[in-house]
Amino acid sequence: MWFASPADVRDRLAAADYLSDDSIATSVFLAGALGKPLLAEGPAGVGKTQLAKAVSAATGAALVRLQCYEGLDEARALYEWNYKKQLLRIQAGGGEGWDAAHDDIFTEEFLLERPLLRAIRAETPTVLLIDEIDKADVEVEGLLLEVLSDYQVTIPELGTITATRRPYVVLTSNASRELSEALKRRCLYLHLSYPTPERERDIVLTQVPGIEADLAERLARTVATMRALELKKSPSIAETIDWANTLLALGRTELDEATMDATLGVVLKHASDQTRTRKELGL
Amino acid sequence: MSLLDRHVGFVRALREAGLPVSPAEGLDAARALLVVDLAERESLRAAYAATLVKRPSYRPGFDALFDLWFPAATTAPHALPDPEDLRDPRAGAPGADLSEGADLGTAALPELRDRLAELLLDAEGMDAFARAMVERFGRQDASPGRQNWFSYPVLRALSPETLIARLLAEVLAGRERGGLAEKVARRRIGDNIRRFEEAVATDVRRRIAEESGIERIARSAVRPPLEQVDFLRITRADLARLRREVHPLARRLAARLTVRNRTGHRGRLDFRRTVRASLSSGGVPLAVFNRPRRPHRPELVVLCDVSDSVASFAHFTLLLTYALREQFAKVRAFGFVDTVDEITRFFTPGADVAEAMTRMAAEADMVRFGRTNYGHAFERFAERYGDAVGPKTSLLILGDARSNYQPPALETLRGLVREARHAHWLNPEPVSQWDTGDSLASAYGAVVPMRECRNVVQLAAFIEDLT
Repeated sequence: MWFASPADVRDRLAAADYLSDDSIATSVFLAGALGKPLLAEGPAGVGKTQLAKAVSAATGAALVRLQCYEGLDEARALYEWNYKKQLLRIQAGGGEGWDAAHDDIFTEEFLLERPLLRAIRAETPTVLLIDEIDKADVEVEGLLLEVLSDYQVTIPELGTITATRRPYVVLTSNASRELSEALKRRCLYLHLSYPTPERERDIVLTQVPGIEADLAERLARTVATMRALELKKSPSIAETIDWANTLLALGRTELDEATMDATLGVVLKHASDQTRTRKELGL
Repeated sequence: MSLLDRHVGFVRALREAGLPVSPAEGLDAARALLVVDLAERESLRAAYAATLVKRPSYRPGFDALFDLWFPAATTAPHALPDPEDLRDPRAGAPGADLSEGADLGTAALPELRDRLAELLLDAEGMDAFARAMVERFGRQDASPGRQNWFSYPVLRALSPETLIARLLAEVLAGRERGGLAEKVARRRIGDNIRRFEEAVATDVRRRIAEESGIERIARSAVRPPLEQVDFLRITRADLARLRREVHPLARRLAARLTVRNRTGHRGRLDFRRTVRASLSSGGVPLAVFNRPRRPHRPELVVLCDVSDSVASFAHFTLLLTYALREQFAKVRAFGFVDTVDEITRFFTPGADVAEAMTRMAAEADMVRFGRTNYGHAFERFAERYGDAVGPKTSLLILGDARSNYQPPALETLRGLVREARHAHWLNPEPVSQWDTGDSLASAYGAVVPMRECRNVVQLAAFIEDLT
């Protein structure tokens, strides 16, 4: 059992410096209670990866991370035979017969564990983070189906390895492509979006110690206003926090037009977005 | 109604509203019901959302239906008699509702407006207030023993919009007007007004559902997800939301197109991948990988009707083609109402979307008399920009083919189509309305293959076929 109730999730995540809301707390709780993977989708910088880290910190479980990228394959995600070592073993074996060598080189000693296999075989509670699954090729999703629905991995030479302890699985996606229906069906879905100004203020207060509550409030409200403009890339929570740190470093206690104009580059990374914001907000 | 019936009914209603809920997902939701606290309504909502709603665009429809099937409160005299009924313990308990209801039910209008003003700054307790206000202002007796509920009289009585000036003065507290602080405050109040309107509408729907059954109201309560909204019936708010979706959509489309290009089986040997794969078989290249074929990147010429009737369709399609311009060797765009002008220059890389649209409307020379004339536009196009269409070009025409009974200039169009490598016509009208009134759909359709393109789903499917 990972968590006792959504309220328990809320408290323990808060202790790990992650502020959740109703839907986050319930989804995180359900993923543990039903033993299903949790798919967190949303724009960059809203704390998807951070959520997995917080779950691992809150439950004291080890974190195993699989970073997805274009061209990720089975050998990088699941397992690989240590080919060089196998060669050495065969050469060192001298005149040994085929059967003996064969039985020996496909054993534990020559197996290179990759994140998925490591998480399945772990004896202690483990959080498996499959990060940015949308960056991986479509075939990787197929590979994940067996792992995520039955928590088992089949290695032809060794047989099927089933998890003794189900890992807590979190997948994250930036929605840069549509994930397959089959994968989505096996997961609980959590859409992480930009937080309400109230929650964002609280996040800034926890993440940036030393900032005044009043300034945090104004930052959160201003960022919420900026998100309502039609921008190419809306500022994320991570950027709000950067902004708070910037203001703190500059020793500003007030967010006025001049300050905002000078530090706009911290939150907006497109020239056209900056122009637009300057115009709309009258900087 | 037992919990199981309610669950099954809710899942069926979701399917009817167009959400793809598989039986396996329904079972997951049922399992989730066993472990969450049913008295915590927001938890219950989140549990259903996590198991059944796997796409953000389905979320608004889901929320509307959830509010109908699992209402936050029940009206006392009409209460569903079932004790198992799920209620929010705080707002739904008769005691709480009565004490607050008595106060809000008798208070004078100015006091209510004061209360609303407070809520517009801090939304805590907004839902309960909205419920009390619907109870007080939203009722209209239809016939003895029956009543109708409307949100309009509630909003008229309280008129939240007229509170803005007062609230602004309060929040700004002497700071100068017109600056950043005012913009931020305005935004916050505006958001809360919309939240209040939404709460009133939700409660009105709930009361109608109590009067005449959930099924009746469910159909009208749920709007289709954004990507299925009809271009011709789109509201301004939806268009703004769509514009914000252009870049994510373009990114998704581009990703899908690259994937498709990559999985080509012909082409030159991919040495690196082949050798990498051969390592696991002792250096023997058992599997051979090929490089993907060179992607086919057409030149695109977009000729679009920008008159009012189809403007939102043209705008969105233009934005999308420009967001996708890396997928094409070259994109040129021309706009027309009754004469034609090149509008490529307004869409430089990095240009601001909304501004490009306003500049285009103001500066481009596309209007002569202001009534759409396809025939004249095609003739002018062939005359002035005929060289834009060549053997590598895909010609894309956007419009409803409604030409105000003007001559169609079919021959000119046929000439253009002959020059181009491919030609397509996207018509935002449903096929059933083609050829009605002044529509020349079939006449033009005989020259250029015409496709119905009413929503984002159809548009995305078309673009995928195009490249």
